[in-house]
Amino acid sequence: MTDQPLVPDTKAAPSRLRRALDSDLFYAFRRSPVAMISSAVAVGLILMAVFAPFFAVTNPFDPASLNLMNGFTPPMEPNAFTGETFFMGTDDQGRDVYSTILYGMRISLFVGFSAVLFAVVLGIILGLLAGYYGGWADSFIMRAADVQLTFPAILVAMLIFGIAKGITPVEHRDQMAIWVLILAIGLSDWVQFARVVRGATLVEKNKDYVSAARLIGRGSSLIMIRHILPNILSPVLVIATISLALAIIAEATLSFLGVGAPPTQPSLGTLIRVGQGYLFSGEWWILFFPACTLLALALSVNLLGDWLRDALNPRLK
Amino acid sequence: MKKTSTILAIAALMSSTAVVNAETLRWARAGDALTLDPHAQNEGPTHTVRHQMYEPLIIRDVTGAFVPTLATDWAPDPENPNVWVFNLREGVKFHDGADFTAEDVVFSFERAKQPNSDMKELINSIVEVRAVGDYQVELETNGPNPILPSNLTNLFMMDKGWSEANDTVNVQDFEGGEITYATTNVNGTGAYRLVSREPDVKTVMVRNEEYWGRDEFPLEVSEIIYTPIQNAATRVAALLSGEVNFLQDMPVQDLARVDSADGLMVKQAPQNRVIFFGMNQGADDLEADNVDGKNPLADVRVRKAMSMAINRDAIRQVVMRGQSQPAGMIAPPFVNGWTADMDGESSTDVEAAKAMMAEAGYGDGFSIRLDCPNDRYINDEAICQAAVGMLGQIGITVNLDAIPKAQHFPKITEGKTDFYMLGWGVPTYDSEYIFNFLVHGRESDIGTWNGTGFDNDDLDAKIESLASNTDLDARNADIASIWRVVQDEQLYIPIHHQVLNWGMSDNVGTEVDAEDQPRVKYFTMK
Repeated sequence: MTDQPLVPDTKAAPSRLRRALDSDLFYAFRRSPVAMISSAVAVGLILMAVFAPFFAVTNPFDPASLNLMNGFTPPMEPNAFTGETFFMGTDDQGRDVYSTILYGMRISLFVGFSAVLFAVVLGIILGLLAGYYGGWADSFIMRAADVQLTFPAILVAMLIFGIAKGITPVEHRDQMAIWVLILAIGLSDWVQFARVVRGATLVEKNKDYVSAARLIGRGSSLIMIRHILPNILSPVLVIATISLALAIIAEATLSFLGVGAPPTQPSLGTLIRVGQGYLFSGEWWILFFPACTLLALALSVNLLGDWLRDALNPRLK
Repeated sequence: MKKTSTILAIAALMSSTAVVNAETLRWARAGDALTLDPHAQNEGPTHTVRHQMYEPLIIRDVTGAFVPTLATDWAPDPENPNVWVFNLREGVKFHDGADFTAEDVVFSFERAKQPNSDMKELINSIVEVRAVGDYQVELETNGPNPILPSNLTNLFMMDKGWSEANDTVNVQDFEGGEITYATTNVNGTGAYRLVSREPDVKTVMVRNEEYWGRDEFPLEVSEIIYTPIQNAATRVAALLSGEVNFLQDMPVQDLARVDSADGLMVKQAPQNRVIFFGMNQGADDLEADNVDGKNPLADVRVRKAMSMAINRDAIRQVVMRGQSQPAGMIAPPFVNGWTADMDGESSTDVEAAKAMMAEAGYGDGFSIRLDCPNDRYINDEAICQAAVGMLGQIGITVNLDAIPKAQHFPKITEGKTDFYMLGWGVPTYDSEYIFNFLVHGRESDIGTWNGTGFDNDDLDAKIESLASNTDLDARNADIASIWRVVQDEQLYIPIHHQVLNWGMSDNVGTEVDAEDQPRVKYFTMK
C-alpha cells in the first residue's frame, strides 16, 4: 500500500475549481437567478452556434444544397411543391430558417468576440501607455479618443467599413467582409477600454507595489503588464461583457443596413434585413426567429455583464 | 363681425380652389432617374422622369400605337425613299418661353448622335437632318428605313438657345462621372416643369400651364413629387400609409396585401421587358473568375450548361410569385422577331448540365463573380441569389455583388463585368433594337450595351442591313437567322419576362403601360 490518502488532503492548496467554487463571485452567481438564467441562455446559444453542423438540419452556406422551391415555407407546415416541413419555416431562397440562424449566429458571435478582443487589446495598450507615461502620450491618445467619441460608434464603423470595402479587390470582398466588420467594430469601440484602463492605471501607478517594482529595477513595460494590468482587469472584464452585446448588435445593425455580412453568408442582421421585406406579405417567420435569437443573445450577454459589474463592485449597487 | 365673415369667405374660397386645382401625385419607385440630360442614358426609369418634362416627336400610347406629339404628322418622302418628312407642331413653347422650331429638332438630333450619347444606336441610320422652314424637318437615312419612327419615341427635343446659353451643347459623359447643367436642370416642352431635384431623394414638378396640349389631355395632376424608395417594405408601407399615392416597382410579395387594402388597388399588365444574364465570352482571360489563362465562358458548352442549371419555373413560382413568364430568348413577346418556339427553348436539366461542364473540362467547376443591380428590376437581387444556388449545383461558385444600378450599369457599358444581370425593354417593338445594342460587336456608336465581347463581322453586317431593308419578308427572314445565331451561341441566359404591377390609391386613374412608362398628363384624379 502506498501512503496515498483515500480522501483528498484538505490542508493542501485547494484546486483551481475548488477555489472558483468557493469564491465570492460564484456565491453571488448562485444567489442570482438572473445571472443563472442568462448565462444558461448565452452558453446554450453559443454552444449551438459553435457546433452548428451538429444541430443544423442543412448547411445554408452551401448554395448547391438549396432548393429554391422550398422558399417561403411556413413553420411546421409542408411546402406546397416539395412537401418538406421545416421547424421554423424557410426564407426567400428556400433556406431552412433554423439552420440559417445557427450558422448566422456563428458569424454574429465570431464578429462580436473578435471585435471586442481587438478593442480590448487596443484599448488596454493605449490606456496603459496614456496612464503610465502621462504627458504628451496621454494628451495625444486621450484627445484622439475624445475626437472619436464625438462620432456615433456605428458611423465610425460604417466609415471604416466603406473605406475598407473600397480598397479590397472585389473577388475577395465576400471573404474579407467578416474581417473588415471586426476591424470596423473593434476600432469604433476601443475608446471606452482605453479610458477605463487609463483611469485605473493613474491610480495604481502611485501605489507602493509599483514603486517597489520600480525600485528593484523592473522595466516600464514589464511593470505595466505584470503588475498593473492584473489589478485593473476586473473593470475591463465588465465592460468587455457589455461591449460584447453591443458588438453583436453593431454587427447586426451594419448587416441590416446592407454593409455587413454578404447575403450568401447571412449573419443574424442580414437575415433580419431579408425578413423585413416580407413582413407586410405575412411571411413573419423569416424576420421573427432571427430577431428573437438576436434579442435572446444580446439580452442574456447584457444581463450577464450587468450582474458581473454588480458582483465585482458591490458599491455600485 | 364683418371682418370675420370676410376672412371666412376668403378661407372658404381658398379651400375650394385647393380642392379643384391642387392634385398632387406622390409617386414612388425603387430607383431614381440616373440623369436628366435627355440623351445621356437610355434607361427606362430615366426616360420615365424625362417624359414628364421633355417630349419626343412621337410617343406611344398604352396600346403601343403612335401618338403625334411634337410632330403632327410624318411620312416618307414620295420622291426619295431615304427621306422621312416630319411636320412639326406650331405654337409650342419651351418652359423658358422660347419657341420650338425645326432648328431645335436639328440640334437635338445632332446632339443625340454625339459619342457620349446613349441614344445614338437608335438613329445611327440617319445621315442628315435638315430644317425646311420653321416647322418641317427632313430626316435622311443611309438607305430606306421603314421603321425609323419607332426609334424616335424616347428621343427628346431640347432648346438650342438654352443649351448654348448653359453650356450643355455636349451630352454629359455619364460613365466618366461628368455633371453638367442639363444633368439637374430641364427646359423642355412637356406638360410638367421641374421645380427642384435632389438626386436619389426627391424630384418635384409642377403642371406647365402654358402646355400646348393643356386642353387636349386631362392634366388633372397639378404637382408631381417623385421619391425613389429602394427598400421594398418601406415602399409598400409608404403606399399603405398614404404617404405616396402611386407606386411603380410593386414588390410581388405585397400585391395581395395592397389590393385588399381599403382605397388602394393594383393594376397589372405583361411588361415589354426581358431579364437575362450576360457572359463575357470575348476576353482571353476573365478578371472575375479563378481560372487562370483561360476563359471558361468562351466555351459555348459552359454557357449552355449555365442556362440549363437555371430553374426558371422555380424563380417564377417562388421569387416572382407567379408574376413572370419564363423566357427562352431575350426579346419580349411584343417584339417583331419573337417566336413562341424560341421563347420555349430554355430547359432545366442539372445532370445534363453537369455532363456538359465535364465535357468542357470544367467538371470541378470554377468560381466567378456575378454583378447584379439591387434597385432596378423586380426582385433583381433575389433572382441573382437564386442563380447563385442553382449554378452552385453544377459546381460553379458564384460570388454575388449586388449594387445600385447607378454603379452597375457603367460596369456593363465599360466592359468591367464578366457576368452580369441586365433587363431590356424594346420601345421600338422590333428586334433590330435588341441586335443594335446587345448583339452587334461593341463599337463607338453601336453595340454599346453588348458586354459579352461577342463580335461576328458577318452577323454585324446583317444587323446593319436591317435598317434599310424595305422588303419586310426578307427583313424578317434576316431577323430570324440572326436570332438563330444568338440562340445557338447562348449569347445570353434569358430568365423571364416581367409582369408589370402598379399600385395606386383609388382616386388615381391610369392604365398600365407595357413599357412601364407612366405619362402623368394622361392621369385622372377623382
